[in-house]
Amino acid sequence: MSAKTLYDKLWDAHVVRSEDDGTALLYIDRHLVHEVTSPQAFEGLRIAGRKPWRADSVMAVPDHNVPTTDRSAGIEDPVARLQVQTLDNNCQEFGLNEFVMSDIRQGIVHVIGPEQGATLPGMTVVCGDSHTSTHGAFGALAFGIGTSEVEHVLATQCLLQNKSKNMLVSVDGKAADGVTAKDIVLAVIGKIGTAGGTGYAIEFGGEAIHALSMEGRMTVCNMAIEAGARAGMVAADATTIDYVKGRPYAPKAELWDQAVAEWQDLHSDSGAKFDKEIHLDAAAIRPQVTWGTSPEMVVAIDDVVPDPDQESDSVKAEGMRKALAYMDLKAGTPIKDIAVDKVFIGSCTNSRIEDLRAAAKVAAGKQVAANVKLEMVVPGSGLVKQQAEKEGLDKVFLAAGFEWREPGCSMCLAMNADRLEPGERCASTSNRNFEGRQGAGGRTHLVSPALAAAAAIAGHFADID
Amino acid sequence: MQAFTQHTGIVAPMDRANVDTDAIIPKQFLKSIKRTGFGPNAFDDWRYLDKGGPDIDNATRRPNPDFVLNQPPFDKATILVARENFGCGSSREHAVWALEDFGFRAVLAPSFADIFFNNSFKNGLLPIVLDAEIIYAIFKAVTQKPGFEITIDLQSQTITMEGHTPVKFEVDAFRKHCLLHGLDDIALTLQHADEISAYEKKRSQQAPWLFS
Ligand code: SF4
Repeated sequence: MSAKTLYDKLWDAHVVRSEDDGTALLYIDRHLVHEVTSPQAFEGLRIAGRKPWRADSVMAVPDHNVPTTDRSAGIEDPVARLQVQTLDNNCQEFGLNEFVMSDIRQGIVHVIGPEQGATLPGMTVVCGDSHTSTHGAFGALAFGIGTSEVEHVLATQCLLQNKSKNMLVSVDGKAADGVTAKDIVLAVIGKIGTAGGTGYAIEFGGEAIHALSMEGRMTVCNMAIEAGARAGMVAADATTIDYVKGRPYAPKAELWDQAVAEWQDLHSDSGAKFDKEIHLDAAAIRPQVTWGTSPEMVVAIDDVVPDPDQESDSVKAEGMRKALAYMDLKAGTPIKDIAVDKVFIGSCTNSRIEDLRAAAKVAAGKQVAANVKLEMVVPGSGLVKQQAEKEGLDKVFLAAGFEWREPGCSMCLAMNADRLEPGERCASTSNRNFEGRQGAGGRTHLVSPALAAAAAIAGHFADID
Repeated sequence: MQAFTQHTGIVAPMDRANVDTDAIIPKQFLKSIKRTGFGPNAFDDWRYLDKGGPDIDNATRRPNPDFVLNQPPFDKATILVARENFGCGSSREHAVWALEDFGFRAVLAPSFADIFFNNSFKNGLLPIVLDAEIIYAIFKAVTQKPGFEITIDLQSQTITMEGHTPVKFEVDAFRKHCLLHGLDDIALTLQHADEISAYEKKRSQQAPWLFS
């Protein structure tokens, strides 16, 4: 038997049938559903008189549109309210498991799947959302799909797919203290570019990746999509198994033992062939800050805004000039001299308990700077919020001047009331710094939770000491 | 998806080329959570004299009396005839949903925009490409006799209308098969339901924790 990559193994285990042209009908183990991309899919099922093939494979949650302020009065915006109600009704009608807005387990779909043990090693996981790649951190094959495909999975438990190529991104050696998973993945994107992973499934490996906690691995896989890959993954190991153990939806008793035995194989065989391999030296990675309007436009905290005139590729140089104009930045400006108006700590990239701990550590005993208008901490789920409160992190944030919010996507995409005003500059722990992403005219700099907290305290980007 | 075998209905003439999808369903209606319900706002900008939106009740608006689909018997039309390049512009599938929701089952034109053409088949709306002379003849017949009906038979790929010899049209064999049987991607996958069940059975023995 020839050596296989992790992706090959996951793929092969889920092929129901193959066409001559290589198109495969792939079986889906876990289907995560949220309010924005599902209504037409459910409507489609209803019109065709179909039922979900396997209702127990679905886990649904409203996250994109929910308010992060007091929810006792419900959702004010009628359009958002209807969308969330529609999800509630659809889940009731079709008998699907949903964590409604008032449920303590509610949160961002990519936070709650792993938290509940609904994401397991070896699974195929899909969701009508591009950041589904997050779940690949468990040695799973996870990718985002469109609304028609949501309907297809609901009705058939399968998807028609063509296999991607294999890419290995190996982050070798040890990362320095203070360098987080977010810095590692931003450095990877800075190296390979936002289209670098197009057509590939990326496996993240190397010593620095394996040293990461599950939460860190999720941060890395979350942004695989920003590197152009639909799926990112990390081999399952003892860290994975420890994280999953005892979670509500994880297997129990003999099934657990059986599963753990099976999961031992969820890694690339030695000698497996990758179509492309990228190596990074972890020791060379410094805390990262994006300066432009694409995640690949990234430099280290102690660097300066790059100069388009120094770029030999004219197309790239033009893109840099446009980004500098949009971001209102001048080449050569030290990153640390850039002042921020708002700080957002949250999103499916960085809203888990370790992220909040890292930010709280920086904020503890300090005060936010007077020039920063808003500092929001939005936990990824109700359970993350509860845990943080148990540890007193909410008090730390509140004492420092941060706002402590209810869980949801919030200012990551600004579909609810949390947004940037035109021209405002934000240090954000989210994953996309596109024009207008956090509100029309808003300027986003992607950073780790620690750096976001440091920016809130200093009023401008600052290193953590 | 609704199957298409044979259909007889009133033809509405839309005497324009390059009818784009933004005209078929303007962007403010895309916020909807539904795939249905776009019919009342199909061709919204042409159909009403005042501005519309998802939160505006159409009953309070002034219909444009000059717009063909506001005029009986065309308000009951199920077949639309138009000029070149029908359905150009954005890829929104909502355009097809809007036409179907209005009641259309087929669109006849000398040519269609590619994406709209594909979207139509996915949703059971039959786009038929006909020679410009035939389109011309249909426009003439409809104008002379409003309420003029034609019959479309997909199996034999013919259009029959009073006073004319039956006209043949082309359709891709695979698409014809899907339409005749009302098969969409999902229906096609469900043809392999046994294989999916067999996979599940085998997999649930190997990895029972995935099914508990
Ligand atoms: S937090 Fe942001 S990126 Fe993640 S699912 Fe929500 S909107 Fe998408």
